[in-house]
Amino acid sequence: MIIKTVINGKTRTLEFEPGESLVSVLRRNGHTEVRSGCDTGSCGLCTVWINGKPTLSCATLAARAENAEITTIKGIGPEGESLAKHLVAEGADQCGFCSPGFIMTVIALRAEIKNPTEDQIKHYLAGNLCRCTGYAGQTRAIMNWLKETSHEIHR
Amino acid sequence: MLNMKKYEAPTSLREAWTIYSTSPSNVILGGCSFLRLGKKNIGTGIDLCNLELDYIKEHNNYIEIGAMTRLRTLETDPILQGVFDGILGASVSSIVGVSFRNTATIGGSVYGKYGFSDLVTALLALNAEIELYKGGVIALRTYLNAPPMWDILVSVRIPTGKTQGKIDAKPNKHPDKSHYTAFRHSAGDFPVLTLAISNQDEEICIAVGARPMRATCALKAMQYLNEIIQKNEVISAHEIEKAAQIASDELVFGSNMRGRAEYRKHLCRVLVERGLSEVLV
Amino acid sequence: MKFIGKSVEKIDGMAITTGEAVYTDDQCTESYLYVHIVRSPHAFAKIESINVDKALSFRGVESVLTYHDVPNVRFTVAGQSYPEPSPYDRKILDEYVRYVGDPVAIIAADSEATAKKAEKLLRIDYDVLTPVLDPKEAEMSDSKVHPESDLSVHFDFGCDPSKNLAGTYEVGYGKMDEAFESCDVIVENEYSSQAQAHAMMETYRSLSYLDAEGKLTIVSATQIPFHVRRIAAQALEMKEENIRVLKPRIGGGFGGKQTIATELIGALVTMKTGKPARVVYNRKETFSTSSSRHAMHVNIKIGATTDGVIKAIDMQALSDTGAYGEHGWTVLMVAGHKSLPLYNQAVAARYRGKVVYTNKMPAGALRGYGVTQAIFAMESALNELADKLGIDPAELRLKNIIREGDHNPILEGSNEDAAAMLQSCTLNRCIEKGRELIGWNEKFPRQEMGGSKVRGVGMAITMQGSGIAEIDSATAEIVKNSDKSYTLKIGATDMGTGCDTILLQMAADALEVPLNQIEVVTGDTDNMPYDTGSYASSTTYVTGNAVLRAVKDLKMKLKEDVLLPVMGSGTFSGNTSPPPFIAGFAEVEVDTLTGQIALLNYVAAVDCGTVINTNLARIQVEGGLVQGIGMALYEDVQYTSKGRMMTDTFMQYKVPTRRDINDLQIEFVPSYEPTGPAGAKSIGEVVINTPPPAIAHAIANATGVHLRSLPIKPEDLCMAIRHNNAQNNSRVTLIPDLIHEIRMS
Repeated sequence: MIIKTVINGKTRTLEFEPGESLVSVLRRNGHTEVRSGCDTGSCGLCTVWINGKPTLSCATLAARAENAEITTIKGIGPEGESLAKHLVAEGADQCGFCSPGFIMTVIALRAEIKNPTEDQIKHYLAGNLCRCTGYAGQTRAIMNWLKETSHEIHR
Repeated sequence: MLNMKKYEAPTSLREAWTIYSTSPSNVILGGCSFLRLGKKNIGTGIDLCNLELDYIKEHNNYIEIGAMTRLRTLETDPILQGVFDGILGASVSSIVGVSFRNTATIGGSVYGKYGFSDLVTALLALNAEIELYKGGVIALRTYLNAPPMWDILVSVRIPTGKTQGKIDAKPNKHPDKSHYTAFRHSAGDFPVLTLAISNQDEEICIAVGARPMRATCALKAMQYLNEIIQKNEVISAHEIEKAAQIASDELVFGSNMRGRAEYRKHLCRVLVERGLSEVLV
Repeated sequence: MKFIGKSVEKIDGMAITTGEAVYTDDQCTESYLYVHIVRSPHAFAKIESINVDKALSFRGVESVLTYHDVPNVRFTVAGQSYPEPSPYDRKILDEYVRYVGDPVAIIAADSEATAKKAEKLLRIDYDVLTPVLDPKEAEMSDSKVHPESDLSVHFDFGCDPSKNLAGTYEVGYGKMDEAFESCDVIVENEYSSQAQAHAMMETYRSLSYLDAEGKLTIVSATQIPFHVRRIAAQALEMKEENIRVLKPRIGGGFGGKQTIATELIGALVTMKTGKPARVVYNRKETFSTSSSRHAMHVNIKIGATTDGVIKAIDMQALSDTGAYGEHGWTVLMVAGHKSLPLYNQAVAARYRGKVVYTNKMPAGALRGYGVTQAIFAMESALNELADKLGIDPAELRLKNIIREGDHNPILEGSNEDAAAMLQSCTLNRCIEKGRELIGWNEKFPRQEMGGSKVRGVGMAITMQGSGIAEIDSATAEIVKNSDKSYTLKIGATDMGTGCDTILLQMAADALEVPLNQIEVVTGDTDNMPYDTGSYASSTTYVTGNAVLRAVKDLKMKLKEDVLLPVMGSGTFSGNTSPPPFIAGFAEVEVDTLTGQIALLNYVAAVDCGTVINTNLARIQVEGGLVQGIGMALYEDVQYTSKGRMMTDTFMQYKVPTRRDINDLQIEFVPSYEPTGPAGAKSIGEVVINTPPPAIAHAIANATGVHLRSLPIKPEDLCMAIRHNNAQNNSRVTLIPDLIHEIRMS
């Protein structure tokens, strides 16, 4: 089947089998920044925004993207880069494979909760697994980023 | 990847039903139904996303939640946050993560009658009803015990406030309170046991799920407590202990990868006692 | 310019965190064949017949391969230096299938959908055989996992397939019986560890194609590019120089990628079809058809005098290597070598081990590599000994541990004539620091919290190694270019750890130039010097030393009046494996009515020699601790009675989530290793070993229950506490067999 959708602000036409997942179609169409870590919606690596909401693209049919706005890490603008910088500054980048999904989720978190506590951060990100860092470095990076960017206006 | 020949997103329930009823190989697509249908050969997948079933409405006597409402919405919606001590949101808040709950729907969770469902346990304790396209409105309790139905789940209804309009009412000895807990080995995991207790207008409902079988009410324990309440007495700690033992004795438990039957039986007693203490004291 | 000890940012950090296309599968294009592996549904079977005609003629199918189509060559998939100490018991596809998931056929097609449809057209007849599933029954079983006559080994390490033995090992010193006779108190128990999964975020994958000159090129997320090249040459009956292996960014390895997974499958397809091929394991395959930690039963007997001098340690290990023997013997061997030396006061110490074949997914290399399992046993036994002696566990250790300057005959680098000397060690200070940070004196052994809650603290120590003495080797090259910039070429394999960055730091520090004046080139067997790869905690120590030698060589050459560019080269292969050390301390809170365990606090005091990059070292510790915590409490591998792995998704196999982890406190207590680059030792593996025994100890102190089987489950703890209360004992122990019995009933 063929649908029209918007990915990172660009209108795209996607062709795929009805049963294909969004992550598979996105990757096939050049969006290798969307990663796949499992087939059960358990790891958070494939997180993209659909109409601004963080969603698991492995647990979403590509067909659902019709007339929707999809955002990947390549489309979230400087916010993503500034958080990435903090990850790198902590050494919490490590293998990096979980990072884009992680960053997409953190930025969505901050849009929902203005001054999140560490507990709220852990809860919101509970579905974002990381096997390298032990999570502590990621939390440090988030707290530093929140502090640095607290004056900025958000969506 | 789903093994699916065709995808349809109808714009009316009638259209959805027409397609659905043409073949047993057709399925309704909820949220993460994707994950459960892996090996199945699907004819047409029918997506309900265009039926405007993502809503929460407050009526006089009940709250209505559309089948396509995401689990995440149950946590953030101001109407739901304000009722039943927020147990609907509490019940789903430990399921994987926010992105998962932005995908999973209430319809998918309820229709499947899953044993591990936190949400079904909470809804059962709140005496919820469901609205089926063909079958109309039936009690969730009835639905859970009924044989498999071929129907479309449209919405879930949770009754609120029976005392409206009641005159000459004595003040309740036990204020309305609801409690939800689930025992998990690690955060985000399938529960070993789920428990929801709700006291609404001096009537207690205890629902236990993930037994590993689906949620059910501890009717004998409820009867024991409700009889005491009807005598206009305050329930004592000793009676709470006894009620927890009754619940543990009356319910049937099984073993699976998460735990053995005896452990669940033991956990039931402990958690019910703790839950009742929180609700009734 | 000083860079040692600085928290230099990783040179690949921004690219990998912002989604740049720098990983293996990102390079794939539509022209690549989709490769699907048909897998055995049986734990043990012989393929009687396999008919591929219908599948082959299905539209979109390019190739269907069976065991008839592979070179008749056996090899090992272990990433080890040649000649490998692992049996040559593998073929790319075999007539026998030896575990559920073992490859039966390879389908290369234009898409996943085509391949899956073609699979249904295969006609396969199996002669289903009786599997061996319990390692304790393997040796006596009539069922032989490897009945083939062409299994071979490079040297005798006790591999005897007629007994389902993949290897045996023994090391020790002193007179065991005599030593035990002189003991007043003895503890003897069996401790069991499960087959942990790596669960790295990037699953196994590789691409293969023929380049413009027809050279086979394999792109793989591998820790061992040079070993892949050699083994591919063996398995495909080609010459090494006709194969090139490229290694891009890797999304985590932890030892899993020290074993060949997809590379030979894809390469075979490319060689047969001439076309590029892509093989990507999904998460299910990554859990159930790759490799895991070796599950081990370790029987240990420790004896001491009443004043707490440990005189004798006798360890016996039974290791389960699953269907194939890669890494089996080496894991077995390392377990003994990197545990016993900790208690140098012992006048007799012995380790004997057997590793057996069973019809389950093969075990392989996983962070810790046998030491984790041995440390769980040894430290748990020691904690029980301390309890029996009535001596504080920290004090007992301080009295008996090895110290800097001590000699021990089991330390790597020892030979018949001389016991190796421990040249750097601050383990004693690690213990003192750690117990101070956790508040040991105030909290040991337990605190009643009211209601049903009780807290306890526990501890464990560990060592590991830094590279494999006399076997690991690395060469580095450093070129000073005409424009005065530098190019550093290394063969080590950064899998996210940041070793590319650390080696850059060492070079910049030695050359006294800014970091951005040196470019790191790596990841191409055609264009980098030989390195065994990043495993056995070798990169900082072995490759680091090679880098420093290369810089030294360059400096010498620059003294002569030559025109740029000039290259310096350095090779290092150590004759010791300097151990890093950690003292780990855990504080738990147990709900005695439900058995729920909350890990409140974990402290790790670390001696890894000089810390090269503080941030990266800290993250290694935090990451390793969390994997160890997972092994202790959450990660459970379960099989059906027919041998199918049930825990093959993240829904069933629970790695720790961030909500499971509370406070982690890391403190470095650096020693200076004279043979190490800038005094450094390794950190990569030692970090995972302490949590299982430390947490078990904390739980024992809180509840009186000693659980000797991993993972520790709330249900088992709860039942033991109830059993305890029913019997009115103040302390009860639950041996693994009893738990097994209870679980089976």
